[in-house]
Amino acid sequence: MNLLISIAARHLLSRKRQSIVSLLGIILGVAFFLAISSLMKGSENDFIARLVNNSPHININDEFRDPRKQPALTLYPEAAVEISNVKPVSETRGIRGFKQILDDLSTLVPGILASPVLAEQALISSAGKNYGITLNGMIAKEIRSVTTIEKYMVYGSVDELISNQNGIIIGNELAQRLALSIGNNITIISTNGQMRVFKIVGIFRTGRASYDATQTFVDLKRVQALTNRSNRANNIIIKLPDPYKAREIAAKIENNIGYKAVSWQESSEDILNTLAIRNIIMYTVVSAVLVVAAFGIYNVISTVVMEKQRDIAIMKSVGFHARDIRKIFITQGIILGIIGCLIGIPLGMVLMKSLMQVKLKPPGGTEFVQMPLDWGWQQFAVAAGFAIAAAVIAALLPARKAASVQPVDILRGS
Amino acid sequence: MGKTIIKAENITRRLEGEIPVTLVSNADVDIKQGEFIVITGPSGSGKSSLLYLLGLLDKATSGTIWLEDTNVSTYNDEQLANIRLEKLGFVFQFHFLLPEFSALENVMLPMKKLGILPYEKIKTRAQELLSSLGLGEQMHKLPKQLSGGQSQRVAIARALANNPILILADEPTGNLDTESSHNVQKILKELAHKENRAVAVVTHDLGFAKIADRVIKIVDGKII
Repeated sequence: MNLLISIAARHLLSRKRQSIVSLLGIILGVAFFLAISSLMKGSENDFIARLVNNSPHININDEFRDPRKQPALTLYPEAAVEISNVKPVSETRGIRGFKQILDDLSTLVPGILASPVLAEQALISSAGKNYGITLNGMIAKEIRSVTTIEKYMVYGSVDELISNQNGIIIGNELAQRLALSIGNNITIISTNGQMRVFKIVGIFRTGRASYDATQTFVDLKRVQALTNRSNRANNIIIKLPDPYKAREIAAKIENNIGYKAVSWQESSEDILNTLAIRNIIMYTVVSAVLVVAAFGIYNVISTVVMEKQRDIAIMKSVGFHARDIRKIFITQGIILGIIGCLIGIPLGMVLMKSLMQVKLKPPGGTEFVQMPLDWGWQQFAVAAGFAIAAAVIAALLPARKAASVQPVDILRGS
Repeated sequence: MGKTIIKAENITRRLEGEIPVTLVSNADVDIKQGEFIVITGPSGSGKSSLLYLLGLLDKATSGTIWLEDTNVSTYNDEQLANIRLEKLGFVFQFHFLLPEFSALENVMLPMKKLGILPYEKIKTRAQELLSSLGLGEQMHKLPKQLSGGQSQRVAIARALANNPILILADEPTGNLDTESSHNVQKILKELAHKENRAVAVVTHDLGFAKIADRVIKIVDGKII
């Protein structure tokens, strides 16, 4: 094999300029492939991490995936029964027996963190204007373990809700709109008309303007009292030790308790599908760069084959097999691919480092963010694998042509 | 003369096409160990085609070729390539040295391909072959730095690399000056008579005919 490699290398060296040009194609192809794919993968990872961290891994709400059957339909499933215009009994909404469900969850899924939430719409009235908000009633000491809101606190702490049960935590957008600051009192009006005064004990800023303007956190019992829904919660939010098992655990929970359990993957399915499509588009585009580079390799090896017909004839007459000749020219493709990777990968890393220095303010965002890049080995493996594969495929056709050369045809021609 | 190295029985080579052409017709040839034969004939008579058939570079349309009592007519391309590597040596009119490799590397090439000897022994044998042909000072030069005669001697050294039993030369002096021609004639004759190899040379060069053990004349593809 060393003999074939040395012949392949000498052939490439005999056409230095062409070899360097085709090599440049591979080098740039690998570098751009790496930079773009790591940027896309990094942004995908970052996005999913935000999804996973900033939202419950599983959200159990007070709805059912399939509407409950009427008793007549349950009793006579095969009968020709039609019941139309059935009006549900007006009842207080919420998850029945949520305390029992919480106990069951801890035995059903070990290591689970679950907390009840009563989320209700309410109004804040200020200077003649009404602002719609969502009151998230939670058990104060559990907020820290099942949400990431503590991470975004700019004033105060979620623990203030433990000591001050009439406290409220609001977003900075809302605080700015109402010119409020920590320690101020605000009046909240529930949808049934009840009013209650809360003291601002914390202000958070997530960077998502709509969230910061509408979401508030208060003690669960206060929301229950304000909305006349004692001992009720309409959501149970869950954090898992392994968030990527959320889909299967949600199905298991739903089977057990009946209420709809939505995993973060299900609630973000459209986004995840979009990311998958984006990946296909991205790989197609960056692969095109390498396909163009592969044409360069095809060109240089084809030229070598044309020029080396006599050499091929003499090698075959000396005793080289057709497969040896094929290997020589495929080796040329591999050499160009490997050297292209060896130079292209460090160049790609330089590009990646440069991209990491760029800071952007996304539309609608309030803060500058750094470009998220994925430095996982998979990116490098895919870039190198694709480049070498493209180089080998580009070399295959000329190699086949070279292997089919009949020495007698060349010798007669000479 | 020793045993028969190669024997062609009634071989014919025909090129099919719109106008079929018969290159060699019902030829019978045998070459013995230590024999130096010359194949002559006018241009286009089929002498090179006969040499390619004897050298297993081309396959006969009909007839049988025996190499050391083995019928090689039915061998596939890979088997024939192995025989060429192990038992045959070729010298062509145009030396056909690989231009990127030095004289020494060109001679080492068939031995490396055969892969029997270790690298150092291959190198030593190549150096000895080149020195014996008067190229001791030229062995590290590239083909483009050598004269025609020197290049042809390198080609002869390469043909001898794997110690072949049969050497086939196609117009080996066709491109050389008189002095170089005499030199090559002498070398090929010595390979037959001193080293006891079978040597077949296709040539127009009358000097070869004078020193040959036997002359085969071919006209219109037929041996006369």
